[in-house]
Amino acid sequence: MTSIEFRKDLFANERDDTLNEIGKPTIRQDILGHVTGRTPFYDDHLFDGLLHMRAVRSPHHHARIRSLDTAAAERMPGVRRVVKPGDVPNNLNTLLSLIGFGKDDEPLLSGQKVSYKGEPVCAVIADTEAQARAAVAAVRVDWEVLPHVLDVEEALAPGAPSVNPTYPNNTFDYHERYDHQKLRFGDVQAGFAQADHIIEAEYQMSPIEQAPIETCGAIAAPEQNDRYVCHTNTQALFFSLGTTAKLLNLASSRLHFIGGTAGGGFGGKVDSIVEPMAVLGAVLTGRPVKFAWDRPEEMQVGAPRGAERWRIKDGVRRDGRIVAREFTGFFDSGAYTRLSSYAIIKGVGHLPGPYSIPNVAANVYCVFTNRTPATAMRGFGITGVDFSIEVQMDRVAEAVGMNPIDLRILNAYRDGDMKAHRRVAKNTALIECCQVAAGKAGWAISSESTAASSLVGGGEGARGTIPETVTDQEGLIGARRAGRVTDTAPARTGTGRVAAGHAGVAIVAAPPQREDMQIAADRIGHRMGSGPGAVPPPVAPRPSGPVPARPAASAGPVPPRGSITPPPGFAPPQAPPTPPSVPVPYPTYAAPPPAPPQPPAPASAAPYAPDQPFSRGVKRPGASPFLSGTRRR
Amino acid sequence: MQTVETHPTLAGAAAAMRERSRYIAGGTLVMRAMNYGATGIETLLRSGDAALREIRHDSGGIRIGAGVTMAEVIASRELDFLAPVARVIGGPAIRNMATVGGNLFAAHPYGDFTVALLALDAQVIWADGHREGIEPFLAGRSGTRGLVAAVQVPRPATGEFRFHKVSRVKPKGVSVMSIAGWLPMAAGRVGAARLAFGAMGPTPLRAKAAEAALRGVTLDADGIAPAVRVAAEGLAPADDALASAWYRREVAPVHLKRLLLAERRV
Amino acid sequence: MAKVPVRFTLNDAEVALFVDPGANLLDVLRRGAGDLTPKHGCGQGTCGACTVRIGGEVHLACLTLAEAAEGQRIETTGGLANGAELHPLQRAFMDGFAAQCGFCTAGMLMAAKTLLDRSPNPSRDEVAEAISGNLCRCTGYEPIIDAILTAAAQMQGRAVG
Ligand SMILES: Cc1cc2nc3c(=O)[nH]c(=O)nc-3n(C[C@H](O)[C@H](O)[C@H](O)COP(=O)(O)OP(=O)(O)OC[C@H]3O[C@@H](n4cnc5c(N)ncnc54)[C@H](O)[C@@H]3O)c2cc1C
Repeated sequence: MTSIEFRKDLFANERDDTLNEIGKPTIRQDILGHVTGRTPFYDDHLFDGLLHMRAVRSPHHHARIRSLDTAAAERMPGVRRVVKPGDVPNNLNTLLSLIGFGKDDEPLLSGQKVSYKGEPVCAVIADTEAQARAAVAAVRVDWEVLPHVLDVEEALAPGAPSVNPTYPNNTFDYHERYDHQKLRFGDVQAGFAQADHIIEAEYQMSPIEQAPIETCGAIAAPEQNDRYVCHTNTQALFFSLGTTAKLLNLASSRLHFIGGTAGGGFGGKVDSIVEPMAVLGAVLTGRPVKFAWDRPEEMQVGAPRGAERWRIKDGVRRDGRIVAREFTGFFDSGAYTRLSSYAIIKGVGHLPGPYSIPNVAANVYCVFTNRTPATAMRGFGITGVDFSIEVQMDRVAEAVGMNPIDLRILNAYRDGDMKAHRRVAKNTALIECCQVAAGKAGWAISSESTAASSLVGGGEGARGTIPETVTDQEGLIGARRAGRVTDTAPARTGTGRVAAGHAGVAIVAAPPQREDMQIAADRIGHRMGSGPGAVPPPVAPRPSGPVPARPAASAGPVPPRGSITPPPGFAPPQAPPTPPSVPVPYPTYAAPPPAPPQPPAPASAAPYAPDQPFSRGVKRPGASPFLSGTRRR
Repeated sequence: MQTVETHPTLAGAAAAMRERSRYIAGGTLVMRAMNYGATGIETLLRSGDAALREIRHDSGGIRIGAGVTMAEVIASRELDFLAPVARVIGGPAIRNMATVGGNLFAAHPYGDFTVALLALDAQVIWADGHREGIEPFLAGRSGTRGLVAAVQVPRPATGEFRFHKVSRVKPKGVSVMSIAGWLPMAAGRVGAARLAFGAMGPTPLRAKAAEAALRGVTLDADGIAPAVRVAAEGLAPADDALASAWYRREVAPVHLKRLLLAERRV
Repeated sequence: MAKVPVRFTLNDAEVALFVDPGANLLDVLRRGAGDLTPKHGCGQGTCGACTVRIGGEVHLACLTLAEAAEGQRIETTGGLANGAELHPLQRAFMDGFAAQCGFCTAGMLMAAKTLLDRSPNPSRDEVAEAISGNLCRCTGYEPIIDAILTAAAQMQGRAVG
């Protein structure tokens, strides 16, 4: 059996040895149900008169719907209802609208055109699954097949087919300004000029299907008190509830969602598609309705981990020090946004990997193609670029003729180093991981590497400060499609400079996060009466705008006109912009609690003004009125 | 709405076959189609005929009832040479259900047992008693013509029959390709060899060029080299989710070589 | 619609039901007989979540014609425990963290039980082979194999005294 080795010699003074659970076998609290087969999965709730819903799907990557003929299907035995796009009250959504990020871009059922193979255009509800299948086969769609694009870079070309009507340029709009997410730290061009070697390579990842053994599915039924119960295997119950409320224009208080048991998910069960479909079926028929993907649907339309393409360019000194690193990244979002826009924010915050590199630049694109929309999967946003970075490190080691582990230890970040996203690195342990791994593998490392420590040398001199940073305005929304920009890499020449250690414009430089990310006791658990309502799963800390030292859970300011909305995950200025002159290897833990998470406000949204306050209501501009606990107008 | 008919004899079931009826044996493929809305099937025909489950010797070799399952092949002493084939078909549950008769009709990438039958030059025995060679049977398989009662295989001499299945998932994976070889030996040299490939065309196919190149050679690296070179000649692999046609062609010689040299590496 | 009668024993209880012609045994067990322990994962025989025992041998309920169950002895994980007393396999799966989401577990247990009935002292390879028709996506196969070997050892211990 697996055994865990505790290395108590490492970072001994950073923890007390009071672990009660870790390292000891434990019995899962739900396992008795599993081994007796009694764990109730969503489909283990039996309903009399259950109806079965199945979707009619596009056989094409990209096509306009000239007409939809369901007459024959409606006459098939057992058919209760054909559900068409017009039956969806609010037929446009984007998953992250619940936190106010991105524009609604995806219909539940597509009436105009389809942008990926398998996109649903209508659905049939029948007494048995076999009858629903037969009726689906009887639906006639007159398709006008359109040219499609399946490659991220081809999709950026001026003549490429436009995939997603909400984002006609085939790129997600970042900060309402750029067609990509930018990261600028220092001056990569100057860094390349100082380098002895330039190492450039491209990395390509394919989509990966999460393939849970239990496919996505939900059963909805009318309940007492004019409510609908929905048994679902969603991984994000309140996310699915909020999405259903929004798409179906139902008060969330009329939805009774029951979940918590998923037969595997791995990120593939957050997209909240089966729930609104099942509830819509129950609304339209007044009967219990099941909507579940079969295995081929799970594989074809179940959103995978998206494909990524990364180009990395490193400038390296003869001694192995990486002095500049530039990224050009493309996330294949498929036809709609889902979570790729957010994955990029997360990924860019992670660059340039766990290394201290004085000059970093990145342009990362969320690209729409006629492929299955991509979504979450275990560490998404990070795993692809991490793979690329580590292969790149091996290439660098080869180019400078260095032991790859020594190279990593040489460049590894240490406590107190300033990271490219302007936060001070802390609790770093790459050096120790490398040392232990080398030891286990019998891989010789240099005496310097053996002596190195994450606790020593970090933040010294330039390592601890934000360098003077070159900025540019290249890649404005639409410029690429108009043929005005072609290069996707970070601009070679800057158009602005932000002084070293200076906050500057929010988009390019924010002061370091001086406060610790230690969880404050009063932030643990559920607080009634203040704070935002339900928020979806893992979301990076969100900005709150410039607020006083001790921020209240009040509304964040509406960004002034023309300013740039900071993305989620971007460090807000929380303290006066004083560059740290002293390295901070051990930040003090007595900081005030950080601002509670708040989404950025889309500038276009009308301020949300509920007529009555609600105890856990989210009262800020642009916040979704569909969150659980929020009163709808 | 479908109906299911159970007939005491195979002949009875054969007589009841209509345009939109389908015979169901182990059901591993038929039920899969049913679960996914087989609109073309109106009637499922079953037969409880005991003869379908028999394994027995007769004049021309061993007669295997069409309803014999892979698990029964593995358990049979007479069919010990076919046990390595049956053992790599599906997982344990599939082997308890999957029949020899159903395997004869299993489309790409399935049909591993039939690959062995092709190499062994089996005879297909129809419900009305008439016989057909496995090769013409496979060539005409797409047009359904009645029901199969049994297959008859000769018993190869010890060590003369070999089988090798290439799959990505082990155990249980579906074939990237499978290869069966019947290599009668005389004085250390190969006589009239038969080689059959599965998942290298719409049906199991013989590699006739390689068979010819094996005639009279010794089973060593030099002896088999000409046969290995022409391994994929006459085969017609397709792209599928498991492998591309290109890949299949590229690796066919490698796997044929392993089969011929009896390398235990898969 | 014209339903047809089917009778079988399910975990030693007599069951008589009317089924839709052409229905699969999984649907009939779950919705007809109310035994929800076998799961529907693919409807194609690939995942093994619906594994049940028919006449003591593993079968895939989703690929079994319900009519073919006539007169058969069917066992599922629903009948594995002896009242409140868990089967040693169930205990070993619990103690060894051999289930995470639990969706494959009932099928795994049927495959494991069948192996141990035939081969009380299996090798690791035999265990891997016995569960090769059952896919798991979260736990990983190692804890499952460990648990089956642990149960085998315990059952042997008990049998030997
Ligand atoms: C998960 C899984 C894994 C599999 N793995 C493999 C594998 O590794 N290798 C492999 O070769 N196959 C594999 N198969 C395919 C299949 O199980 C086998 O090919 C099996 O032998 C088919 O037999 P059956 O009795 O189940 O056929 P059925 O499904 O009952 O029938 C299949 C076809 O054969 C026809 N048929 C059956 N018997 C007769 C007869 N006596 N006369 C005329 N027609 C007949 C039926 O009408 C039907 O068209 C797999 C299937 C599944 C679901």
